[in-house]
Amino acid sequence: MEYISSYPVRAKVQAAAGVKILGRFNRARAAQLTLPHFVCQTPLFMPVGTQGTIKGLTTSQLEEIGCQIILGNTYHLALRPTSELIDELGGLHNFMNWPRALLTDSGGFQMVSLLHLADITEKGVTFQSPVDGKPMLLTPEESIQIQNRIGADIIMALDDVVKTTITGPRIEEAMYRTLRWIDRCIAGNCPVTHTWKLDDTYLLVKDICVKGLVERDLPGYAIGGLAGGEDKDSFWRVVAQCTAALPEDKPRYVMGVGYPLDIVVCSALGADMYDCVYPTRTARFGTALIPEGVLKLKHQAMANDTRPIDPTCECMVCKNYSRAYIHCLVTKDAMGSQLLSYHNLFYMMKLSRDLHSSIVDGGFRMEIHSDMSSVSFVNY
Amino acid sequence: MEQGRLSGRATPGGQLFDRNSSSPPQYSQGPARFYLPRPSLFSPYARLAPPPIQPSSLISSEGISLKTISELGGLHQMLGLHEHVFAAVPRDSTISLPDYQSSNRMGASFETPCGRLLIKPLQYMEMISSMKPNMWATLADEVPAWVSEKRNKASVDRTTGGAVFGSIVGGSKIEERKRCAEAVAERNVSGNLISEVGNTMPLGSVRKWSGCDRETDDILGFCLGGFGLGESMDERPSLLGAITNVKEILPEEKPRQICGLGLPEEVLQGVAAGIDLFDSTYIYHLTLGGFALTFPLEEIRRHGYGDQLSDTGRDGSKINLKATIYRKDTSPILEGCKCYTCQNHTKAYINHLLNVHEMLAQILLEMYVPNSLPIAVALFLGRVILTRNFCHLSSHNTHHYLGFFQMIREAIKGGTFEEFRQNFVETRRDHILAAALSA
Repeated sequence: MEYISSYPVRAKVQAAAGVKILGRFNRARAAQLTLPHFVCQTPLFMPVGTQGTIKGLTTSQLEEIGCQIILGNTYHLALRPTSELIDELGGLHNFMNWPRALLTDSGGFQMVSLLHLADITEKGVTFQSPVDGKPMLLTPEESIQIQNRIGADIIMALDDVVKTTITGPRIEEAMYRTLRWIDRCIAGNCPVTHTWKLDDTYLLVKDICVKGLVERDLPGYAIGGLAGGEDKDSFWRVVAQCTAALPEDKPRYVMGVGYPLDIVVCSALGADMYDCVYPTRTARFGTALIPEGVLKLKHQAMANDTRPIDPTCECMVCKNYSRAYIHCLVTKDAMGSQLLSYHNLFYMMKLSRDLHSSIVDGGFRMEIHSDMSSVSFVNY
Repeated sequence: MEQGRLSGRATPGGQLFDRNSSSPPQYSQGPARFYLPRPSLFSPYARLAPPPIQPSSLISSEGISLKTISELGGLHQMLGLHEHVFAAVPRDSTISLPDYQSSNRMGASFETPCGRLLIKPLQYMEMISSMKPNMWATLADEVPAWVSEKRNKASVDRTTGGAVFGSIVGGSKIEERKRCAEAVAERNVSGNLISEVGNTMPLGSVRKWSGCDRETDDILGFCLGGFGLGESMDERPSLLGAITNVKEILPEEKPRQICGLGLPEEVLQGVAAGIDLFDSTYIYHLTLGGFALTFPLEEIRRHGYGDQLSDTGRDGSKINLKATIYRKDTSPILEGCKCYTCQNHTKAYINHLLNVHEMLAQILLEMYVPNSLPIAVALFLGRVILTRNFCHLSSHNTHHYLGFFQMIREAIKGGTFEEFRQNFVETRRDHILAAALSA
């Protein structure tokens, strides 16, 4: 299917056909995802660059590390510097000088979680403007328009967000409303670009929801509402159920999933894309990701440790700096968190690349086993 | 320093200071915060790592111990900057100041973020041997220009007493300077040492020189202390001149370093007086405020009035990127600038980053995205000490400031320094006047 873009000047319109599967292992897939700005290899991890930047890293460094897609938060960008300004200056790619792919979310999740008195009605999400307190409304159509102005390769449709722990009729209401909102997006009200749909996660109504979405033949599907505190057993089950029901030739994006082990397991179940603030956020708390789990650089034991963070890691940080030095930085200086962000993202990108190549080469099973053995070290 | 070269001296301690490798740069910046290089790149010039201050806070309970620094192999290994020249001075102007009221005969006192620290000479030497900088200055009792004669004398006595500080201080009185110089010439200090030449009151009570206890090689050069602590720009030339103009005090072939002079006009003052190496926090403070240097690096011409905007914090030499007029400005900070930031980003983007308080703003404005060629060295008084090409990418303010030093060197080489200096200062004055008139 073709990607329909209402901004042909900015986005290179290609007759892309979802994902091209390059290799399989049971349910896991290694694929090629063609986007206007970049041809990506999945499974892949997307770092979150909330306000048009990944904290403290330049776009050259992100390229160096191997980032393929970066996520931008529609809510924050619409606030500052506003989607109109970004549009005027040629879109977010030009604004931040990022040559590869971008993905924006619908803005709904942040509104609900960040703002007081945010409420969801049939029309959309009502909230208080953080600027002047006036009541405002974000409709599904408006969300698409904002994202189009920002100009990402992948945009998300507004969904009725509910906590996974909620039970009862609210779930059903949310699910049906989401489907209605999707129809509004697809209908003539706004041009539909690479729209993805946020799935509902509650098991009972899932089948209806998934069927409804699949019927609408969208460019891709996102599984969301997870990673919010539900127990791991439900988590795997939901992902498994969704990936089983979603079409093979469309990318599957599990939102908010970031622990390395979770990514490996979801990939085994057939998911392709992930995003999470975990690697960069944990870096700012002084924690580094290593094969054995995590390393807390703020710990006193690090003060005299002259080894690199991870002797097997090839990144600039591990090649040049010792744990002792980073230890004394992380407590005092922004530099410490930048170095750790760099390392952590390098780790995640390497994980993505390894997943892709091991599925293609057929060695995927081994990867799961070795990662499973590190379960006890990974903090949940 | 011979004509055209900076002489190197190998020391028993193995601190080779080879003329063919990265010679001391003309400009060094106080790195309160060890600016870490971006991936695979190195800052092409020396930095000042002031041991008693920065490392002291590093050496506190959450910091890094001297033993660990030694284990790592010293500053070069710890910071991963193997090709750089490091100069260590006691004073880190970004986070601490010499607290002359608390210094006593036991040691020099500094106000730091960790409280007041008293650094004794022995402690200082331990830091130096653990860090292994390429060159280092002795501990001194720096006092500002307005202290009483008695205090001044005391600081001299401490430093000259020899037993306590072992550093060399000088003053502003000619006769005593001479006396000091003679004393210094006879003493030996450990290699790669830059001796502290303190400056005190303009009353002529010069502090004597004294040598360090260790008797190995000669002094590499001189560090003029006591400046940048509040003296006015008008009185500075005479204070400087009192030290540098008297040939017997500071031999011509030895480099002179000064702390605390950062504004371009102050640098020009220092260069005119004969200083070779500068250390300041000017760039650091500029960047904190969101400023970017923009004064032209080509030949300075006098501009007409009224061609500058006055509502942007702009005075022809720098712009404040927080100003709202830059919200939609898709031009680089400075057209034609070769730094990473100007080659890759727009004023609009940096304006946005500053508004949302993202740290990338500071990085793009200040930090280095270097290449690996070492930097050239100062020209002074027509003598060319240039040893290497100056060619690198760095983030904007640093890049620009280094370019300024390059211009100074070329002006000296071409014999046009005085004219260059005058033009520069007058052009700046014009801009400020124009801004004031149109405000």
